[in-house]
Amino acid sequence: MTRTMINALLLLMACGVLAFLGVTRGTLPISASQLWALLNGEAARNVQLIVLEWRLPRVMMALLIGAALGVSGAIFQSLLRNPLGSPDILGFNTGAYSGVLVALVLFQQNMEGMTLAALAGGLLTAGVVWLFSWRNGVETFRLIIVGISVRALLMALNSWLIISASLEAALSAGLWSAGSLNGITWAKTMPVITVLLLALLATGMLARRMRLLEMGDDTACALGVPVERSRIMLMLTGVILTAASTALAGPISFIALLAPQIARRLSGGTKGALPLAALCGALLLIAADYAAQHFFLPSQLPVGVITVSLGGLYLIALLVREARRQ
Amino acid sequence: MRQLRAIAGSGMLLLLLIALSLMLGARPVPFHDVTHALLSDCSRIDCVIVRDARLPRTLAGLLAGISLGLAGALMQSLTRNPLADPGILGVNAGAGFAVVLGIALSGADSPAEWLGFAFTGALLASLLVAMTGAIGGGRVNPLRLTLAGVALGAVLEGLTSGLSLLNPDIYDHLRFWHSGSLDIRNFAILRTIFPAVVAGSLLALLLARSLNSLSMGGDMATALGTRVMRTQLVGLLAIALLSGAATAAVGPIAFVGLMTPHLARWLLGNDHRWMLPGTLVITPCLLLAADILGRLLVPGELRVSIVTAILGAPMLIVLVRRKLGRGEI
Repeated sequence: MTRTMINALLLLMACGVLAFLGVTRGTLPISASQLWALLNGEAARNVQLIVLEWRLPRVMMALLIGAALGVSGAIFQSLLRNPLGSPDILGFNTGAYSGVLVALVLFQQNMEGMTLAALAGGLLTAGVVWLFSWRNGVETFRLIIVGISVRALLMALNSWLIISASLEAALSAGLWSAGSLNGITWAKTMPVITVLLLALLATGMLARRMRLLEMGDDTACALGVPVERSRIMLMLTGVILTAASTALAGPISFIALLAPQIARRLSGGTKGALPLAALCGALLLIAADYAAQHFFLPSQLPVGVITVSLGGLYLIALLVREARRQ
Repeated sequence: MRQLRAIAGSGMLLLLLIALSLMLGARPVPFHDVTHALLSDCSRIDCVIVRDARLPRTLAGLLAGISLGLAGALMQSLTRNPLADPGILGVNAGAGFAVVLGIALSGADSPAEWLGFAFTGALLASLLVAMTGAIGGGRVNPLRLTLAGVALGAVLEGLTSGLSLLNPDIYDHLRFWHSGSLDIRNFAILRTIFPAVVAGSLLALLLARSLNSLSMGGDMATALGTRVMRTQLVGLLAIALLSGAATAAVGPIAFVGLMTPHLARWLLGNDHRWMLPGTLVITPCLLLAADILGRLLVPGELRVSIVTAILGAPMLIVLVRRKLGRGEI
């Protein structure tokens, strides 16, 4: 058993424990025996309702969205060869959220419409950032600063959209402006789950090419990888993963920055980094969501507040370390 | 001579914008009614609007504009980073976080206490950013500094919103304060920040000569008799005073301090003895113009922080493209 496998198993177990806690803990605690009864189909109606309809969708989506964000971050960090090149710093999730707001506020769309709008917003933002940082090629630092500017612009646009919305729409939109998993039901998750699973599948198929691209364009080309096409496809999948997550949970920051970093540390290299990044993302988000729900009672914080605080601190540490090394 | 003309022109523009800011809005008031309202006692609705809503708003724009512009100019010169701005580098977020923390821990609810907290927060945040950027020794890398500031700002804003969501009391205070709007309708706040703005501006203007020699590099500045360390410390103090005052009064407004120093440099050249006064006049122009635009563009008003972000973000893109292209960063 390799080190990567052991780490992956440990992460999986940690996710399992947190998922169990997420399902059982709350104002109405569910005991393990009740859960067992539920699995055998013998549970009381109220236990069924609480576990299957209220807590399970939240836990599942925390895991899935966390994984999607982790993978998305891993893709961008690999493509840009820079730990700071994550979709949240580049403003892609803010753009996706703008799409959601436009759909919600101006067109009163349902979940399918909002998912499509989030995808459109994310892709459009990615295109704009890319275009503005193009100058005889894209340099990562220019890309990052352009991303920061576009993000600031979009945040202004978002707060304007929220202000100009009707009170009802503004309340439901403002609730996830920091990124939150509150009030998730199965009905809402379906379009997002479909998109996320497809995009994760596509990433799995592109993973080998991504590895080869990391060796440099020439090597990859010599090994038969169509360089530009692979890069664009990888980027598309990365943006779609971020945007679809945003459609459901709002712009959750810094999971995409943190997860691939931890994964890289755990795997001791790049091998198997994608599945590990997915697991790290899932674990981070479900842990942050558990903390946001249970550690600050009676209030429930949006999970984005937790991730932004953790991730920002890590980002500062990262900058300090990089500076030291030079 | 050219510089004098430019500053005089900006000054006239500022006067015009002040007048417009008093006149325009959801209910336009003609100019002679404005003068009437300011000079005599009258209780018609127009007079009340001018005196109680538009006058504090215009003064807030003036004071916040001066503070943000000078703070931005100082940051750009001290760190030799063309992308510096108290909003982008998280200094305003630091001031905001300190105010929220102050409300949470000690129940501070007077503008004077807010100013104290805002000032401390701004000072700590600017120190932190400067230190993060400076690790590694020698010249501060502008891009690293920008990223450090963005990271710091994100953390502080996350913590601020966390605190305010946990505590309804803070949320209530914040509704009135944490908005990035000039519409404050409260002379007490303006009176409180006024001395801080004056002190910060004086410090900044007094530094002009040292900043000139500093812009030639630390060694050269030392050779010219400038005390580099002292200049940097005084500069930091002025930045903290100015951005603390601005944030305490009007909440976080980004990008204003980024844009106008460049504009002033373009109009007046690199000499800080002209550039700093230029910034002092031009920034309130921009802030007031953005505020007036926000009042007129949409029914129900657009906060000035939104307008400045929409104006300023493209500017940041242009700057980074030009300067990176020429290898100046």
